[in-house]
Amino acid sequence: MSTQTQFIGALLDAAAPVPDGLIDPEGRAAGKRFDVYRNNVIVSLVAALRDGFPALNSLLGPEYFDALAGIYVRQHPPSDPRLMNYGASLPQFLSGFEPLAHLPYLADVARLELAIRTSYHAADHTPVTPDQLAAIPPEALGNQCFGLAPSAVLIHSPYPIVGIRAKALGGNMGEARAHDVLVARAEFDPIPHILAPGVLSFLTALSDGRALGDAAGLAAEAAPEFDLSAALGLSLSAQILTERAIP
Amino acid sequence: MFDAPFPTSLPLAPGVGYKSSHFAQIMADPGPVEWLEIHAENYMGDGGRPLAQLRALSERFSISVHGVGLSIGGEGPLDADHLARLKHLVGWLSPASFSEHLAWSTHSTGYMNDLLPLPYTDATLTRVAEHIDEVQTVLGRRMLLENPSTYLAFAETDMSETDFLSELTRRTGCGLLLDVNNVFVSATNQKTNAEAYLKAFPTHAVGELHLGGHDVQSDEHGDPLLIDSHGAATADPVWKLYADLIARIGPAPTLIEWDNDVPDWPVLRNEAELAAHILSPVA
Repeated sequence: MSTQTQFIGALLDAAAPVPDGLIDPEGRAAGKRFDVYRNNVIVSLVAALRDGFPALNSLLGPEYFDALAGIYVRQHPPSDPRLMNYGASLPQFLSGFEPLAHLPYLADVARLELAIRTSYHAADHTPVTPDQLAAIPPEALGNQCFGLAPSAVLIHSPYPIVGIRAKALGGNMGEARAHDVLVARAEFDPIPHILAPGVLSFLTALSDGRALGDAAGLAAEAAPEFDLSAALGLSLSAQILTERAIP
Repeated sequence: MFDAPFPTSLPLAPGVGYKSSHFAQIMADPGPVEWLEIHAENYMGDGGRPLAQLRALSERFSISVHGVGLSIGGEGPLDADHLARLKHLVGWLSPASFSEHLAWSTHSTGYMNDLLPLPYTDATLTRVAEHIDEVQTVLGRRMLLENPSTYLAFAETDMSETDFLSELTRRTGCGLLLDVNNVFVSATNQKTNAEAYLKAFPTHAVGELHLGGHDVQSDEHGDPLLIDSHGAATADPVWKLYADLIARIGPAPTLIEWDNDVPDWPVLRNEAELAAHILSPVA
């Protein structure tokens, strides 16, 4: 086993002995000096997760969050140095974490927090404006294709995750029903929007390259009360539509 | 050996480690601060506020890109994807300086988010020199390598850190980032002499200096154990080492590093003013 393999093995396992050959100035085994590195690794990565999942931290309480994140960090250290991406597998980890099985919405709240972070760092885009949309002849509108902004992220949850997150961060709970959510960033700050019935299907179909008319049809199949003009209104105000050539 | 002009064009003035919470105040009231240092890994997203702020800052200040995740001291090969991301960032920004650490952080297990130590031997010297050559070739520029804070030693080490760094500059042509706080922290922890370290340091290769704060602890034997926390003001003995160094080698770009428990802007600006007085004693 290589020196650095041993070093990392002992870093991530607090019960492991300090690897041979690590010493203090008197030549004694390193002991607490090695623990400095152990501590730096776990504390800094737990802090990165706390920054990335503030609502989860609030829902669990900092002490529980530390313990949970400590387990996660040891099992799933970052795969590369971009900590802005760290924690992508935390929702899945939460789903399988037996002691929290009675709080099944936590994984979806974590998914929402991840979506907000993804949106924050996503590429900038030039949105389709209301004037541009209005300039499309009505007979051509059904065949028009649009893309979704790179910073637009769609989530479905059986839980009212937008309200749970808002309350965890000191706001109001709002509507307590299942949520389809669009996270979108007009300029720099991502905002979660609760979607009306069918809108998630509509936006997913647009994103998949379906023309507007097809996407509206799919949305109406998924939810008969789907309201196309309201869906377009939200898409324009949230600035998520981008130009896409007709295939 | 990478043959190119001196590794940095940073101003011979104070800089600070950039924190987004200071954006508006830095733009409005920089005081003596003429340049900013950013951690490369925080600007590897595709867009949004971080890159927009960085672009705006770069139009007003010289920028130093400081990598914390390349793992130049790693046993394995450098992460080619990460190096490509650095190349992209450096190409986009054209910073005045690029620097990284004499340390490692990535292994097959993953990225540890800490600057881990390595033994100083012929074998590690060869490996680190190869990694620096690769970085300089891919980026197309000379880099600065920073001396680490260390908390322990390796029984197998048979070369001093200053000899190790001197030999790296000779083999690769890289410059050095001399972190004076790290010198004090390591010398205290290793029971060596910080003044002697600085006398032995190849100062002709220095392109940038770092100052920052540390925590004072002790080990299980009661010996002092200083932690490079970047979470406090620079300590008095570090200021003394710095002032003596500047008196000997002349002014050099000097960064105030304060990454944790980030203070309000006036506190950080005041640290930069202390450095400015030492850099230009007449002012």
